[in-house]
Amino acid sequence: MKSLEELKAIREKMQGKVGFRKEEAEGIRVVVGMATCGIAAGARPVLNAFVEGVAQAGLNDKITVTQAGCIGLCQYEPIVEIIEPGKDKITYAKMTPDKAKEVIEKHLKGGQVVAQYTLSM
Amino acid sequence: MMTELSLNVLDVAQNSVKAKATLIKVAVESDFEKDLMKIVISDNGCGMDEQQLSAVCDPFYTTRTTRKVGLGVSFFKLAAESAGGEFSITSEKGVGTTTTATFQISNIDRMPLGDMTATMHSLITLNTGIDFVYEYRVDDKSFTLDTREFREILDGVPFDVPEVSEYIREYLASNKEEVDCGKIL
Repeated sequence: MKSLEELKAIREKMQGKVGFRKEEAEGIRVVVGMATCGIAAGARPVLNAFVEGVAQAGLNDKITVTQAGCIGLCQYEPIVEIIEPGKDKITYAKMTPDKAKEVIEKHLKGGQVVAQYTLSM
Repeated sequence: MMTELSLNVLDVAQNSVKAKATLIKVAVESDFEKDLMKIVISDNGCGMDEQQLSAVCDPFYTTRTTRKVGLGVSFFKLAAESAGGEFSITSEKGVGTTTTATFQISNIDRMPLGDMTATMHSLITLNTGIDFVYEYRVDDKSFTLDTREFREILDGVPFDVPEVSEYIREYLASNKEEVDCGKIL
């Protein structure tokens, strides 16, 4: 059983740091479709992969992972959109946790869009 | 169709999020003597009027504009009714909505409960402005996670910073293990 004391210790550690609230408007947003279609297609593990990958890479101050509803392209779920200020939105389709790892490495860290996973309309 | 009941919970709880709930309660109770699993999701969101409530189990009813079907509630209802269980929704405009699904645990058509830890972790860390009360019970053992309690201790530190997020995941996982002794439900 995890004790609440541990949570107090985390608070004390975190409150010493300033600026754990990032500026939403400036950072990159990773948006995972989490409506019925997305969830049924496997969005939950994809979302987890992004949350964990971003935390492991220490990019939490620059990248926010969030959820969205259905954008009407249910057949391409799990869909992940990467929105970077000043750039075109990139839409990845039929994502998996493995593809998510690749996108974190190449796109989020390296700045190179993984073209073969994007949705071309 | 979902592959785990926990995915239905994640999906149906999104309806509470969209209903602008500030408190969402999720309870998963398994009683092996009665061979009964019960999942209750209740919120204090905007609620539904009678017309909406009567249409909510219709797969071709949705309030969305991006597509014409609304399968979330229908999937959950189907999962319960095909596993010897029952399904109900009660709602009051301006008060909130409660969704209840029961399942015969031993029924061969009952979906596995699946990863409730991942479902609750996702809900809590993605909706940091909403409070969640999660109760997990197996026979006479249970645990409760109340984010209002966490929020008070954290005093402004958000749920989505990696250290807190990881703590929440471990809290859910270790308490679950104590309650169900690792049994796969």
